[in-house]
Amino acid sequence: MKRNRREFLQHGGVLLLLTGASSLAWEHVAAGEPEAAPGYDETAHWWAMAIDIERCIGCGNCVRACKAENDVPLEPFYFRTWVERYAVPAGDPEHPAAESPNGGFDGFPPAAPGEGIKRFYVPKLCNHCAHSPCVQVCPVGATFETRDGLVLVDKNYCLGCRYCVQACPYGCRFIDPRTRTVDKCTLCAHRLAKGLTTACCEACPTGARRLGDLKDRKDPIHRFLAQRPVHVLKPHLATGAKVYYAGLDGSVR
Amino acid sequence: MSRSPSPSAHLLRMALLFAAGLVVFLAVRALLVPQGFGRYGHYRPGAAEENRARPLHHAGEAACADCHGDVAEAKAPGPHAGVHCEACHGPLKVHADDPEAVKPALPAVPALCLRCHREDGAKPKGFPAVDGSHGGGEPCLGCHKPHDPRIS
Repeated sequence: MKRNRREFLQHGGVLLLLTGASSLAWEHVAAGEPEAAPGYDETAHWWAMAIDIERCIGCGNCVRACKAENDVPLEPFYFRTWVERYAVPAGDPEHPAAESPNGGFDGFPPAAPGEGIKRFYVPKLCNHCAHSPCVQVCPVGATFETRDGLVLVDKNYCLGCRYCVQACPYGCRFIDPRTRTVDKCTLCAHRLAKGLTTACCEACPTGARRLGDLKDRKDPIHRFLAQRPVHVLKPHLATGAKVYYAGLDGSVR
Repeated sequence: MSRSPSPSAHLLRMALLFAAGLVVFLAVRALLVPQGFGRYGHYRPGAAEENRARPLHHAGEAACADCHGDVAEAKAPGPHAGVHCEACHGPLKVHADDPEAVKPALPAVPALCLRCHREDGAKPKGFPAVDGSHGGGEPCLGCHKPHDPRIS
């Protein structure tokens, strides 16, 4: 009798533990859906950007507009997008000189004179790679690719380990000094959800930067990709970058 | 008289310990893993929504044309047709939301024009760029109207 009661209590206790724990777990597993941005269907878009090097004038409007729109710190170390000026000596494309004074925020000073040097501007930003190395290395799932093709950062989840900052081959990620988490270009996801274009494209005076929706058949980016010889940065890394450059010189890193 | 323990009693104890440990692990995991994590991928769907909920600072060209249609018409035939309003006037969502409360101020004109049009050796071919000798020192607005800068 004594043993039967002990056994009963033991088994009963285990059952109680299981029931209590599982009911607690179930509550969280079965809890509600996250609210979607009203009216914005992620699956209907696949965002990309078309950059025309032959139109970029290095005015820096994009850099200023991005910093204003996205509350980026104004110090010269933090850029979601920036412009570089290349000077490629004739006959030596393997050794270009690139400069980016304050990311192009204040424009560029007149270039030092030189014979036979090819100069041009290259705006750079997060390429929102389809096979993103930064998403691959994040240990906690704080950076991710959305169903509409944007690579975003979960600031509440990011540890600040900086693995993704190392992993990005384009150098587009940085640590926000105020939150000590990772920040980067979001392709103005908050504007795309409302049907507007990105701040950098809005500010670009020459149409060098153009947002494109690859899922929209009528989007001009399709004509851009078909008619211009387009490249992505660092194609040998097969990141699936979705920022397409037309007129890109081979010396651009 | 105590019975000798059954040959597999120790296995049962271990199994129960593992089961209890597994249950505790699942309960703690359920508490710590955010809702919806893993629904669309290895991330928290709320994070995408948070990114989309940020405030806007640029209104967009279409918002300006609502009230300033005359300017949009003046711009359309000229070379500044593709230059959006906020490219020169700065982010003005606050003005678009409450036009009377916030009046935008235009930055100083020669500096504004030179931001794009100053010759620096790297402009693309065919882009109108000027240096200090242009206009003989006259102010830009002496000859050019900013919305349609063609000289008529």
